[in-house]
Amino acid sequence: MNHDTHTSGHPLSFAKYLLGFGLAILLTLVSFGLVAFGVAPKNFAVIGLIVAAVVQMLVHLHYFLHLDRSKEMRWNFIAIVFTAIILFIFVAGTVWVMVTLHSRMM
Amino acid sequence: MNNEANLHLAAEAHQSENKLFGFWIYLMSDLIIFAVLFATFATMATSFAGGPGPKQLFNLPYLFVETMFLLISSWTYGLSMISLQNQKKNAVLSLLAVTFLLGLGFVVMEVTEFHQLILDGNGPDRSSFLSAFFTLVGTHGLHVSFGLLWMVVLMVQVAKKGLTAGVRSRLMRLSLFWHFLDVIWVGVFTFVYLLGMV
Repeated sequence: MNHDTHTSGHPLSFAKYLLGFGLAILLTLVSFGLVAFGVAPKNFAVIGLIVAAVVQMLVHLHYFLHLDRSKEMRWNFIAIVFTAIILFIFVAGTVWVMVTLHSRMM
Repeated sequence: MNNEANLHLAAEAHQSENKLFGFWIYLMSDLIIFAVLFATFATMATSFAGGPGPKQLFNLPYLFVETMFLLISSWTYGLSMISLQNQKKNAVLSLLAVTFLLGLGFVVMEVTEFHQLILDGNGPDRSSFLSAFFTLVGTHGLHVSFGLLWMVVLMVQVAKKGLTAGVRSRLMRLSLFWHFLDVIWVGVFTFVYLLGMV
């Protein structure tokens, strides 16, 4: 009996989970550190927080959700890229419209 | 005789993969819900109506512990999936139990936070900012709570039925759900809490 069939061709490895977990902890510490110690100028901290969050999301997607460019994950990959585009249009579009509206009302 | 058994297994694996992909599509639609809530929050993030803002309302160490609960629970769920691959039923069960307790800790902390905010008169009716905050963070918390319910059901199934094909297939879908919620939480703690407190 082949026990690996259920992992869609990806045998799970402890080392990979540990690496992903370590990276996730590290990035969380960077994010909280930026706020807790307040050493960085505000603009720098904001950019740092956004970058850390995006990288941490990618780490989670790759190491925990096993998303990659492999053949097995191809359609999962296409689906999330499509969703990310929609997400960007929603969020950026909403903020754009509301900020413009706000400045015109002033 | 082996051929037929193999064919059957292959068909089962194929079906399980189809279900996994279908669940992935559901997660993508869930992501759209969160995108809308994040967008709403972004437009209301500074509409305090004279009320308190993130700096007055949120406690950084508290948020850190909450975040760690969810992050570690994501990892322990992953470890339980490795045990599933190695057919170790007891390890699967105990790691699921640890994951459940960590997830429960997260939900309890969040409910406590909400309760305290409302007691202090900073409920969702206080300002646009707080309405958006409660809607976004509450929706995530509700997802985690349902994940916990699902986890209890699966722990009972693992204990009673063992690691059958159906149970494994369900455990893998919960795995996607649980890890996905942690990805959303990264967005929540960064964009809702930390950016407001910097």
